[in-house]
Formats: sequence, structure tokens, C-alpha cells
Amino acid sequence: MTDLAARTTRVVTPPKGRRRLPDGGGPRAGTITAFLLPFFLPFVLFYLVPVGYALWQSFRAVHRTGGQYGTSYTSFGGFEQYQKVFENTEFWSSIGRIGLFGVVQVPVMLFVALIMALLLDTPLLKLKSVFRMTAFMPYAVPGVIAAIMWSYLYSPQLSPVVDLLNGIGLDPDFLGPGAVLWSAANISTWLWTGYNMLIMYSALQSIPQELYEAAKLDGASNWAIAWRIKVPIIAPSIVLTTVFSIIGTLQLYAEPAVLRQISSNISSTFTPNMLAYAVASGNNYQQAAAISVVIAVITFVLSFGFMRLTSKRAGL
Amino acid sequence: MSNARVNRESRGSRTAAMALMLLLAIYFLLPIYFLIVAATKPQGDLATTNGLAFSHFNLFDNLRVLFTRSDGIFGRWAVNTVIYAVLGAAVGTLISALCGYALAKFRFRGREFLFSVILGGVLVPTTALALPLFLLFSATGIVNTYLAVFLPSIVSPFGVYLARIFANAAVPQELIESARLDGAGEFRTFFSVSFRLMTPALVTIFLFQFVAIWNNFFLPMVMLQKESLFPITLGLYQWNGQTARAPLLQQSVITGSLVSIVPVIIVFILLQRFWRTGLAAGSLK
Repeated sequence: MTDLAARTTRVVTPPKGRRRLPDGGGPRAGTITAFLLPFFLPFVLFYLVPVGYALWQSFRAVHRTGGQYGTSYTSFGGFEQYQKVFENTEFWSSIGRIGLFGVVQVPVMLFVALIMALLLDTPLLKLKSVFRMTAFMPYAVPGVIAAIMWSYLYSPQLSPVVDLLNGIGLDPDFLGPGAVLWSAANISTWLWTGYNMLIMYSALQSIPQELYEAAKLDGASNWAIAWRIKVPIIAPSIVLTTVFSIIGTLQLYAEPAVLRQISSNISSTFTPNMLAYAVASGNNYQQAAAISVVIAVITFVLSFGFMRLTSKRAGL
Repeated sequence: MSNARVNRESRGSRTAAMALMLLLAIYFLLPIYFLIVAATKPQGDLATTNGLAFSHFNLFDNLRVLFTRSDGIFGRWAVNTVIYAVLGAAVGTLISALCGYALAKFRFRGREFLFSVILGGVLVPTTALALPLFLLFSATGIVNTYLAVFLPSIVSPFGVYLARIFANAAVPQELIESARLDGAGEFRTFFSVSFRLMTPALVTIFLFQFVAIWNNFFLPMVMLQKESLFPITLGLYQWNGQTARAPLLQQSVITGSLVSIVPVIIVFILLQRFWRTGLAAGSLK
């Protein structure tokens, strides 16, 4: 509305009489729009519209007139698609699988990242920048390529790791039915530990040193300073990395898809996203949309739930 | 006495800390080292020689095979990757910078509302958008074109979020005011004054968006059927799936993986200071 008003006054008054917005100072509404639009136009088209479209699709269903061989048409189907999602055992087993994955992998990864960040923040280590870079390097590797690299290390024919373990009398099967989920978890851990470590490390670096001077004078050990002072201060960063990890876990696709190429123990519906893709490939778009919406809702509930839980416990 | 105790404690913990970090460093380097070794071997040596030791040095031959296979399709994938990830991130950074700058420096009605919509967008995982985008794009006929991957890739709500923080921190309001008094238009001020002040921040935004596009496998996977449009990741994924029928492809998958990650790793190491500013800003919220 202000935009329109600004444009009309511009036509009437000469350019000198710049129309200012009510809250004073700053450029004309048209100029502001010109700054915002290059982002907002694609943002609306490729972010908001697809979200709305998925919701709309998920409430539609394919119906047929005149029995099995009649012509099909799509129309409003209410919660039909959602009911199908909730009755789909493959959906629940993919959620269960990914839940187990997340409950184990996320804490392990973040714990390792935290230990590394704390160690890098003490005077105990040498070669700090080398360690920091080494851990961060996997972040440059896309999930598909990381999974290809690791799949060679898992493969019984090619892997030097399997050879090594055979040498000491072990016979690991990284691609077996029980192990393959953890082999995928290892790829995620390898990829993201350094990134999470760097987030926590950056937060540690921004703590003023004086904060622990007093504790040091009182004879507190590095250990005590780390757990009693540093960790509570960087808690928001730890929460943030947890939320990102929860989101990432629920979206898992590339790594298991690559492992599926060499292991028969990964089904085409191994993760929720693989299921959504498989359903969409079968042209059942309405059902695929409903699955995507349910995954998104679960993601939101878990990440917001986690944030609420942690902020309550911190007494905020 | 307490000094001696502290010294003993710290020598013990020093050793333990170094040992742990070395172990982790080996873990992070192992797959990359394996890839380097494997990429130098002839196909026949992959299964028959120790995976961690070099054998016949065959890297140049492997590279030749990689780049000539199927009429040089790998080179095409590399060019496509540059278009999607480098060009996409550059365009994305520019539009994020304009928007974030406006949200930081201009006062207007609805500003906070727009910003919270963008923050909500940060939490929407890009994989969740791929399937509905595919349906929309098939209706408009741009599925299976460069645009189908490029256009969604330029949108980065996280980039706008960072740009707003950085613009607030790096561009003093007085500077904008004085440029205005000098009669400079807002765009001129942005490109000649603010842009320069925000450059380090923009490099950070560019890097984040580059990684996001480079990592986004699901979108091209859903959108593209034509091999000639694939980014490297999708191409290698397809080759990797064919190695059971065509075992000779294995060596090209390995060499191709190495060729594609080495330049990115080098750039990352050279630009590492930009990561830390971005990650620190990202964890402020």
C-alpha cells in the first residue's frame, strides 16, 4: 500500500520531493522493494509456493469413475493421504530406523566435536591449526562422494580396513543387515564432526579470557574449567548444532542411496526421504507430498521441541 | 608441591590430548588418503594390492581415461557443477546481500515480519522442497533443464540472515547518511561503499551457499534425466551404480571423486578464516 502511494506521489511530484516513509529517514518504498525483490521473488516461487503446493497436493486423491477401468481424476480427498501415511508400515520402519540412527549418531558426533573444540581451546595441544583443518576437511566433500569413498573402505574385496581386521582374526561385515545402518552413521559422523566442532570452537573463542582467570587462581583444573564454565557458556551453540543435526538426520538420502548400490541390506525405502522418492517415482504424487509434509512436521516438532526443552532447563 | 602436581597433571593430559587428536586426525584423513592412493593405481591393482600402499603409478592414464570416457562427459559435468555451484552461489550471494542489507539498514513497515519469514525458511530443509518443486516445474516444462537446478539453488535464507548480521556490523549508518547527503542513490551507495565494507562477509556467504549447492544431491537427482546436464555428484553416483556391470568404471569413479574434491579442499583451506567468522555469526542466534 505504501509502495503504491509512493509510486503515485512520485508521478505527481518532481523527483526532488522524495516521499519518506512515516517512520522517517531512509529511501523511498520503491527503492526498498528493488533491494528486496531479487531475493523475495525466487524465495516465494521456489520456497513458499512449493511448500503450499505440497500441502495442497497432500489433500488431494485420485478417484475413478466407473470402477477399476474407468477414467481417473484427482479431487479433494481430505485426510485420505495422511491416513495412508500413518497406516504405511514402511513409513514407520523408516522413521524408526532413522530415529535409532539419530539417537546414537547425533550425541556421539556432537560429543566428539565438543571434546575436540575444548581441547583446541586449551594450551595442551600443539599443531592446533593442522588438527582444526584436518577435521574440517570432510566438509568440502559432498555426501555422495564421501559415501563412495567409504563404500570402498567397507567393501570386502577392496577395503584395506577389512584386510587389516582380517589380519587380526576379525571378520567384519560393514554391509551386513545389522551393521549397514551404523556404516551409514559413520559417514555422517565423518562428514559433520569437524563442522560442528568449528561452530563450538568459534563460540569458545569469543569467551573473554578473564572469565576463567579467577577460577584458575582458585586452582581449578583445566578439566573443571572446561565442564563447569566453558560448556555452559557455549550451550546455545551446542543446541544449535543439535537442531541442525536433527534436521540433517531426518533428511538423510545421499549416503544410504550410495550404499544401496553395493549392499542389498538397504531397501529403497530405507529412510523417509528415500520412501518419498520411491513413492513419487511410482507417480503417486499426492501420497509423496503427504509423506514430505509429515517428515517436515516431525522435523519442526523435534527441532522446536528440543529448543524449548533446553531453554526451559536452562531456566530462561 | 602443588606446582609439581599441576605439572604432572598437565604432562599426562598433554600426551592424552595429543594422542586423541592424532587418532581423530587419522580417522578424518583415512578415506582421503585411500582415495589418493587408489586414484594412482591401475584398475587391476585395486583389488589385488594393499589399499593403503602405492603400487604402479598410473594416475595420468587414469585421468586420461576419466576425461575421455563417453565423449568427455566428465568434463561436461565439471562445467555444469561450476554453473550450478559457483555461478549459483555468486548470484545467490548478491541477492542475499541486497536483501540482508535492506533489512539491516532501511527502516520500513513489515521489516521484522519479512525477516521472521526468512528465518522460518532457514529451517525448511532443501530436500523437502525438491519433490514439490519437481511437480511445479514439470507443469511449467522446465524440468530437465539447467534452470530446474539453478533457480532453486540461488535462494538462501541463511545467506540473508548472515548478510543482515554482517551489514549491521560492518556498515556504519553515518556512512550511508553522508552518502545520501552527497546525493548518491541507494544502489550507488550499496555498490560503491557498503559492498566493499561487506566483502569479507560476502565471501563467507558465498562459501556457505557454494557448499549447500555442491552438497545438494537430491534436487538434481529429482530434476534431471539428461546426462549432459548432471553435476559431478550425480554423474559419479550414476557411474558408481554401473560398476557391477562395468567394473572398469570403478577406477574412473575413484579418480573422478579425487579430481572433484581436491580443488574444493584447497580453496577451503586458503579461505578458512572466512569460515570462522561465518560460523561464529551463525551461532550467535
